[in-house]
Amino acid sequence: MMLHEDSILAVPVAAHDHIQGNAHAVVTLVEYGDFQCPACGMAYPLVKQLQHRYAGNLRFVFRHFPLAQAHPYATLAAELAEAAAVEGRFWAMHDWLYEHQEEWAPYGGAGLEAGVRALGLDEQALAATLRSPGIDAHIRRDFMGGVRSGVNGTPSFYVNGYLYQGDFDTLVHAIGRVIARQS
Amino acid sequence: MTILVAGTTAPEFTLHSTPDQSVALKEFRGRNVILAFYPADWSPVCSDQLALYNELLDEFARLNAQLLAISVDGVWSHAALARERKFHFPLLSDFEPKGEVARAYGAYDAEHGVAGRALFVIDGDGVICWSYLSPMGVNPGAAGIIKALEALPSNNIQKTLPADTAQETA
Repeated sequence: MMLHEDSILAVPVAAHDHIQGNAHAVVTLVEYGDFQCPACGMAYPLVKQLQHRYAGNLRFVFRHFPLAQAHPYATLAAELAEAAAVEGRFWAMHDWLYEHQEEWAPYGGAGLEAGVRALGLDEQALAATLRSPGIDAHIRRDFMGGVRSGVNGTPSFYVNGYLYQGDFDTLVHAIGRVIARQS
Repeated sequence: MTILVAGTTAPEFTLHSTPDQSVALKEFRGRNVILAFYPADWSPVCSDQLALYNELLDEFARLNAQLLAISVDGVWSHAALARERKFHFPLLSDFEPKGEVARAYGAYDAEHGVAGRALFVIDGDGVICWSYLSPMGVNPGAAGIIKALEALPSNNIQKTLPADTAQETA
């Protein structure tokens, strides 16, 4: 694990974050992710496996890090997830976006409409929510907090506040070791 | 590899950014410059250092800074990369004599024949005020650059940070 002052989570996990799992878990895993990023799409089922494997010992937090120039629909997808969050459906949309990434990504807004329908969200209410400035402010706040934490690409993972530089297999072992030490 | 440190006058250079255009460091006097040496064009995009910086151009502009990226790749490779990745900043070609500018900054990796991942923040007077060399395989991100720019006397943080960010860092 790289211990450099520019690789430490600069913004602590707080109530406005999207959080899954036990608030008192031994390990907090924070992902900075982009919904159109293929590498994030590949990490998605692996994170699910981690959550299943470590259950109450793992808290998972997702923050937005859309690379908008590289992935032209990443910001729209992030906005859609935030709009779903207003209806209490952030994680449902997060999961849909990653599970169907290859289907919607080539079609942008038209592709994303399938997600709105799949979740049964009210399209008019959603359209109004998408225009509210709070949505973009949240995404921008996540993004700049990530930059200040040393996010260098997507996905970037922080284990208990430290940027993890390595492949996913070693990340799994690192989390396992922290949990073994604490329990 | 020992890169130039803070307090050193930044060596001048003029390098091609496209087949028929060149960029000189001295053109940016009065503004801050971020010099990002990198080993090679065409690394994978999701983990690409330049793709990240490309998202931060507004942030750099807010801190009165121009990003210049430098590798030993030729201008045609740079042109294709910039078009493919939609990069909106100059990619400079340290091609002939190969790596001459990287050498001047102590950022040339002679064993591999490429520039190392060295970062420099140069102030409006042409003096290096921060530098950092990342291990070759490690993308250094942008946290150090942003901190270095914000620490410049010419960048008054209270004035330049948007309200929500200022609250967070207060």
